[in-house]
Amino acid sequence: MAAAVRFFILLLLFLSSLNPILSLYEDQVGLVDWHQQYIGKVKHAVFHTQKTGRKRVVVSTEENVVASLDLRHGEIFWRHVLGTKDAIDGIDIALGKYVITLSSGGSILRAWNLPDGQMVWESSLQGPKDSKTLLLVEKSSKVDKDNMVIVLGRGCLHGVSSVDGEILWKKEFDTQSLKIQQVIQPPGSDFIYVVGFSSSSLFEVYQINAKNGEELQHETAAFTGDFSQELSLVSSETLVALDAARSSLVTISLQSGKISFQQAYISHLVEGSSGPAVMLPSPVTGIFAVKINAVTVFIKVTGEGKLEVVDKTEHTTIISDALPFTEGQQAFALVQHEGNKIHLIMKLADNWGSDLLKETIEMDQQRGLVHKVFVNNYIRTDRSHGFRVLVVMEDHSLLLLQQGAVVWSREESLASIVDITTSELPLEKQGVSVAKVEHNLFEWLKGHWLKLKGTLMLASPEDVAAIQKIRLKSSEKSKMTRDHNGFRKLLIVLTRAGKLFALHTGDGRIVWSLLLPLLRYSENCQHPMGVNLYQWQVPHHHAMDENPSVLVVGKCGQSSDALGVLSFVDTYTGKVLRSFGLDHSVAQVVPLPSTDSTEQRLHLIIDADKHAHLYPKTPEAVGIFQSELSNIYGYSIEADNGIIKGHALKSKCVGKEADEYCFGTRELWSVVFPSESEKIIATVTRRPNEVVHTQAKVIVDQDVMYKYISRNLLFVATVAPKASGEIGSATPEESWLIVYLIDTVTGRILHRMSHHGSQGPVHAVFSENWVVYHYFNLRAHRYEMSVIEIYDQSRAENKDVWKLVLGKHNLTSPISSYSRPEVVTKSQSYFFTHSVKAMAVTLTAKGITSKQLLIGTIGDQVLALDKRFLDPRRTVNPTQAEKEEGIIPLTDSLPIIPQSYVTHALKVEGLRGIITVPAKLESTTLVFAHGVDLFFTQLAPSRTYDSLTEDFSYALLLLTIIALVAAIFVTWVLSERKDLQEKWR
Amino acid sequence: MEKGKGVMGSGRRWAVDFTDNSTAPSSRDIPDPPGFTRASIDQDDSALSKQKKDAEANWKSQKAWEVAQAPFKNLMMMGFMMWMAGSTVHLFSIGITFSALWQPISALQGVGKVFEPYKDSKVELLGPKLLFIALNLGGLALGVWKLNTLGLLPTHASDWVSSLPPAQEVEYSGGGIPLH
Repeated sequence: MAAAVRFFILLLLFLSSLNPILSLYEDQVGLVDWHQQYIGKVKHAVFHTQKTGRKRVVVSTEENVVASLDLRHGEIFWRHVLGTKDAIDGIDIALGKYVITLSSGGSILRAWNLPDGQMVWESSLQGPKDSKTLLLVEKSSKVDKDNMVIVLGRGCLHGVSSVDGEILWKKEFDTQSLKIQQVIQPPGSDFIYVVGFSSSSLFEVYQINAKNGEELQHETAAFTGDFSQELSLVSSETLVALDAARSSLVTISLQSGKISFQQAYISHLVEGSSGPAVMLPSPVTGIFAVKINAVTVFIKVTGEGKLEVVDKTEHTTIISDALPFTEGQQAFALVQHEGNKIHLIMKLADNWGSDLLKETIEMDQQRGLVHKVFVNNYIRTDRSHGFRVLVVMEDHSLLLLQQGAVVWSREESLASIVDITTSELPLEKQGVSVAKVEHNLFEWLKGHWLKLKGTLMLASPEDVAAIQKIRLKSSEKSKMTRDHNGFRKLLIVLTRAGKLFALHTGDGRIVWSLLLPLLRYSENCQHPMGVNLYQWQVPHHHAMDENPSVLVVGKCGQSSDALGVLSFVDTYTGKVLRSFGLDHSVAQVVPLPSTDSTEQRLHLIIDADKHAHLYPKTPEAVGIFQSELSNIYGYSIEADNGIIKGHALKSKCVGKEADEYCFGTRELWSVVFPSESEKIIATVTRRPNEVVHTQAKVIVDQDVMYKYISRNLLFVATVAPKASGEIGSATPEESWLIVYLIDTVTGRILHRMSHHGSQGPVHAVFSENWVVYHYFNLRAHRYEMSVIEIYDQSRAENKDVWKLVLGKHNLTSPISSYSRPEVVTKSQSYFFTHSVKAMAVTLTAKGITSKQLLIGTIGDQVLALDKRFLDPRRTVNPTQAEKEEGIIPLTDSLPIIPQSYVTHALKVEGLRGIITVPAKLESTTLVFAHGVDLFFTQLAPSRTYDSLTEDFSYALLLLTIIALVAAIFVTWVLSERKDLQEKWR
Repeated sequence: MEKGKGVMGSGRRWAVDFTDNSTAPSSRDIPDPPGFTRASIDQDDSALSKQKKDAEANWKSQKAWEVAQAPFKNLMMMGFMMWMAGSTVHLFSIGITFSALWQPISALQGVGKVFEPYKDSKVELLGPKLLFIALNLGGLALGVWKLNTLGLLPTHASDWVSSLPPAQEVEYSGGGIPLH
């Protein structure tokens, strides 16, 4: 008895020391997680090679990133992600030590320290209107001189000191309609020209003192025709414009402020050319380029405005910016495509005939066309000139070419992910060689021996390093086969560039990539864009010899009636299986619950005319679909009009003949929100692949509540139209937030709740029978999170144990939304410190494990918050029974535990979305967060209760067992001997 | 006593078995000497042995009743232990409860064995056996009751529905905000 009590006390002590630990130790970083940094598609690049020791390039990108890259390996030295609304208009280097960036439509000017990327100063530039933005940094030979930064932004010209960012002068222009096209500073002069059009034919030139912004001269000249507003700067006092018909070139010369025009017809210059011309940016002084149809024509401007064609080419040609080469000379690069090769040609400005350099480089087909080229030169050891070329490709990748080879490349496409899905890896094939097993066994033993030493604190520092290395470089996690726990998968990622990637979840490497042919520019599809990814075929029956495939849905353009494109891609090989353009638009894609005999999932594509098209287009699919037709419904949300409409399907399309794969729709119901008081800002539904383990929730005293679990629930949040803007734009009295739970089959509103004095943005997540949403409370000046749980009251009567024992209940019989089940809701609100960028919930294979909310914070981190904190049954003083159930006493705000940051010390810059995927192991879920960066980790919301931890010492276990067996043997021998002696007495 | 036992235990070199096996004729290999009749001796001592047997039967039945009542003490002890263990589920209370369940069951299994020594044609064992069984059943009931108070018996609706999967839905609905 006493022994039992002692044992019990010891056990209690042991259990109480086992606090749940959500965080990880320092040496566990990188074991299951990986983090990749990107910058996005490069817009501008400025090389910095003044000091030989630092070979860097500063780039600005379409993801609003300013970054300094190492020219040797392409690594990021430093990086700043400006906000999503802070688009970068221009970058340059001033004083040789500051990176100047102009952003937000020419209204914010910042200087960053070149070596380390610290911000030096920031200036806000005010102006009356939006305009073209230009950034001009004075290039002065004198170092000690205060170089000025001249900025055109918001319709004004600003002179800003590059040392401290002080705005020295500001020049507003009198003419309201003036559209400034160029700001020119002739080299070595103290004045600048500002040129622009004030009407379609009126050309204006301002001559302005660069020191104080005084207007020195103002000239206006009218051209006989109209301009097309396209202008190219040829030299500091010569410009070339296109006329409105795009058939003739007008040379404008500004000899000491005087304007003179000279018109030349393109058809006269270039023989046999027809069609509208497009101005290309002028590469170097004296030469400009015009593109007519597919032909690029280089035209030289000789003295007195004479035009002379120097070259023309029919290849797709990209022209780099000018590179100051030797004294007074300028060089530039041309890149031409030919098959899967690109030709790189370097030319000097005043010597067109000869090439400085001509190289041919083999290029990966999956990178597409060259979009941008930036050149830089360096002096080789033998004092000759070498060139480095930074190339931006169609797939957004960034490459450095040097000496005819690709030195490094960055897959910047991954910074702009559009949609994500997952695919299983191939099954492990039979026949692993014995040698491999033996080797593995030895390695395994060695690894565990080291681990054992680590556990027993016997390891030397070298051993510790070896242990860490083994853990990080575990070959298990990056294998290309399916594992037992389902941790290894392929993340199939569609990016804005139209490129599809397969990333391995083990280490984040790119398994394959594919530039989808249908998502590239073509005559039929001018502005293609990828929209969504769906799992098309997931083979289970023939998993050994059939590959899964995904469906990529794209559109030709932004408009709602743009035609769609479909591509089917094999996820093991990364090859396009089929792809075709559609003859209808794509407004909605509805994956249906049924699959055909080859396990292809049926998808309904609903077009802008509300016709439903069934894919795959096989008679079998139609047969399956027809049998379920009466139970399939659709709904559409018209956020602009504030209407949600529900539809049923009809068996035939109206107005189309003989298309058996097309189905008509008829409107069943509509929910109309009054436009003067409500505006839809957020809608969310349950994830279609979510698995729910049970319908019952056991509460205090073995009581049961039945969850209302329906896939057809829609959460809608509306706000007052006045309060739909930024936080602070409306008073608490005139702002409100109303949330709805709507059944999308019947249109029935199950729950409606209003939060007065609150406004968006609303982020919501819907799982099982609950919704959690995040909004701003104007009265409390804090963010809030609310939870709504919805329970089925009509099942609450099922409490007779005998009926349940005998199975005489209808709890598992199929239910219909038309039965109008009676529901009750419970809700509660809490304050939350952070503003939120994205929200998700953990998903597990069977839905048994408790849930965690994953919150993408404004600091670009992912925070895991237990659902237990968002439980509407929390009270200030829970009873003993409630405490036993695990109800946490109610507090007004949700706790933020620093250890529960999933991203630990890392940041997922520009966080846009969080995706959770269940692993096969019930306790574990896979989390993928993406923005400009990518981050992946495994998460166990209730800890890994179904498996031993990674650092479990098998060797210790083995040793213990051996020791125990030996002890048993020894004691057995001893006792035998003693018995024998006993008997001999 | 201790000493004697010690002497007996350690000092034994040889032994003679004085047990009289003679009453069982089948076990004898050696025939009786002539003129010796076993039956006559028995008849001679019959009055004496009958008296002796009666006393033995009395003693046996008394003992049987004692054995039959023994679980009652056990029951009281168990009850006290259970009260001490409390009503929350932990190792101690589970151990107590399971021993409370196991003891009566094992006792019931060995009812025959327990009363084996008191088996006699003259002793009525049904009464003690019934009492023994009843008391053990009482102990078992106590154990089950304890199990229930610990919440380990599926007597609530929640125990039967907590693993029921969600009901299937007849309708399927899909849609949302148009893709753009």
